[in-house]
Amino acid sequence: MNKLSYFDSGAEKTLFAILACFVAIFPVMNMIFPEGSLLHVSSFQLNVWGKYLCYAILAVSLNFLWGYTGLLCLGQCLFFALGGYAFGMYLMLMIGELGAYKSVLPDFMVFLGYNELPTHWKPFYSPTFAIFAAMWVPGLVAFLFGLLAFRSRIKGVYFSILTQALTYAAALLFFRNDFTFGGNNGFTDFKFILGTNINDPAAARGLFWASGAFLIGVYLLIAWLLKSKFGLVQRAIRDSENRVRFSGYSTTHYKVFIFVLSAMIAGLAGALYVPQAGIINPSEMWPTKGLDIVVWVAVGGRGSKFGPIIGAVLINLLKSFTTRAYPESWLIILGFVFLFVVLFMPNGVMGLWEQIKAYLAKKKSKQVTASA
Amino acid sequence: MSHHPLYKDTDLVLSIESVTKSFDGFKAINDLNFYLGEGELRTIIGPNGAGKSTFMDLITGRTRPDEGTLKYHQDDGHDLDLTKLREYEINRLGIARKFQTPSIYQHHSVYDNIVLSLGHNRSVLHALFYKESKPDREAIEEVLETIRLQDMRHHQAGLLSHGQKQWLEIGMLLAQKPRILLVDEPAAGMSDEETERTGELLLSLEGKHSIMVVEHDMEFIRQIARKVTVLHQGHVLKEGKFLEVANDAKVKEVYLGRQKHE
Repeated sequence: MNKLSYFDSGAEKTLFAILACFVAIFPVMNMIFPEGSLLHVSSFQLNVWGKYLCYAILAVSLNFLWGYTGLLCLGQCLFFALGGYAFGMYLMLMIGELGAYKSVLPDFMVFLGYNELPTHWKPFYSPTFAIFAAMWVPGLVAFLFGLLAFRSRIKGVYFSILTQALTYAAALLFFRNDFTFGGNNGFTDFKFILGTNINDPAAARGLFWASGAFLIGVYLLIAWLLKSKFGLVQRAIRDSENRVRFSGYSTTHYKVFIFVLSAMIAGLAGALYVPQAGIINPSEMWPTKGLDIVVWVAVGGRGSKFGPIIGAVLINLLKSFTTRAYPESWLIILGFVFLFVVLFMPNGVMGLWEQIKAYLAKKKSKQVTASA
Repeated sequence: MSHHPLYKDTDLVLSIESVTKSFDGFKAINDLNFYLGEGELRTIIGPNGAGKSTFMDLITGRTRPDEGTLKYHQDDGHDLDLTKLREYEINRLGIARKFQTPSIYQHHSVYDNIVLSLGHNRSVLHALFYKESKPDREAIEEVLETIRLQDMRHHQAGLLSHGQKQWLEIGMLLAQKPRILLVDEPAAGMSDEETERTGELLLSLEGKHSIMVVEHDMEFIRQIARKVTVLHQGHVLKEGKFLEVANDAKVKEVYLGRQKHE
């Protein structure tokens, strides 16, 4: 095989180094510089950027499906939210008797008249169990759905629509009060995480580091997969699935594996997101959220390893600025950005440099022919 | 059911008997009987709609017959029913297919296209931890030499000429070391020189693999023809040597003659 490296280009290597430094140093600035110092990073800022890191992981997980396998999944937000709910259950139980009703039960259960914790909630006192659930629950959903869809040879736009339908159905289910997950209010008012007060700067730093480390880990894992023969098969499925099948590969096995892995990554990103956001409710799995992720990936650059990270951070920075400055125009601006990228920047921000170089080369060759 | 007179049972790799397949009432394949011998180079011709592609689809598991049997005779003497197997399982038995339009991995290098076609374990786990071995490298070199693409190994496959793409796909089949090669219109869209070289390539494979070639180009068929099977309306109209077939009145009427008038 051609020698492939973990990085596609020097630019990618540089970006990766910047990311690693940012992840390492940002929380340190929260720790060592006193409040009021110009270099101080507030816990609030840490939480905001920690959330962006989680979004970046989510975008990377979609790119793994869409950019490298050709599976445009519109339900990535569902896996993210499922992971978030799983870890949220642990956080709800850690509130203990500090809730509004002074009961060991989560407030919404008291409100709905529960006397006892439902059985499926009990294992979530263990943070380890919750973290694993944040992976295997989305993984299981992806496995069952993927097996059925891929065995029936559902692909292209039909696959996208079905993933969106699944997401919509799940969101409606989570909106119901009797589904035992807090209905449309979801989970909030968390107090403790792993014995630490969730508002303690140490918690914010720990969560930020965990999110950053996971993003870097996922990046390296995917880079390793892509340079293995597995990655070759994966991209071959994207380009000519028929040929792969007629070369003796069960493309169903490969696609299910990829789908499950991607769902588990998204789930864990959701688990890291919820304590930093302080809330999880069914709006996180609303179908429009799934489309947002598609926009992040497209803007950053589909099929490039770093593109989704850039796309997720850029769009969310833009959103945070716009929703404060021009709250009414955010969706219109997002729509224009997406249109512009689709029409004029097919490879997104990551492809911009190549695009400019190609444009200049073309212009130059034209000048040469004109002067000749 | 009588076997084909030319072959003893043990010499056969494929036996297809009384196969029928209809699509919405149209009989694409109608009571077809066909036998392929070990190491044979067989050419299949027939006008458009004669059922040639459906025939290949049936052998490779892409479609299932309504009636009849498709048997693959393994090396060890055991027969396998192809109608019960999936595409990838049939391929793993050693039945490789080349499609009409070149079907290659456009974004991969020529070399990686062949790597992906090697006939070893094709499970997910194996692919994750696969390390290229020396025998693998040698097998790839051999294929590259056969299809004359040694110098293009690092080129992106999508940038090859049409003829080179066709060869690459044949090379991808050869990398699997298949027992049966199904080749659908290999000369389509090729220049005269490329066509001739493709013919030479196929002739050089005779005896090493059992080969079925579907073709339209009469010059090309004349070059490679050993035994020719003429399909018409999903049925074998005539089978025999090229000249025998070419001079047959019925064949002329349905195929050759009509082509002349067009």
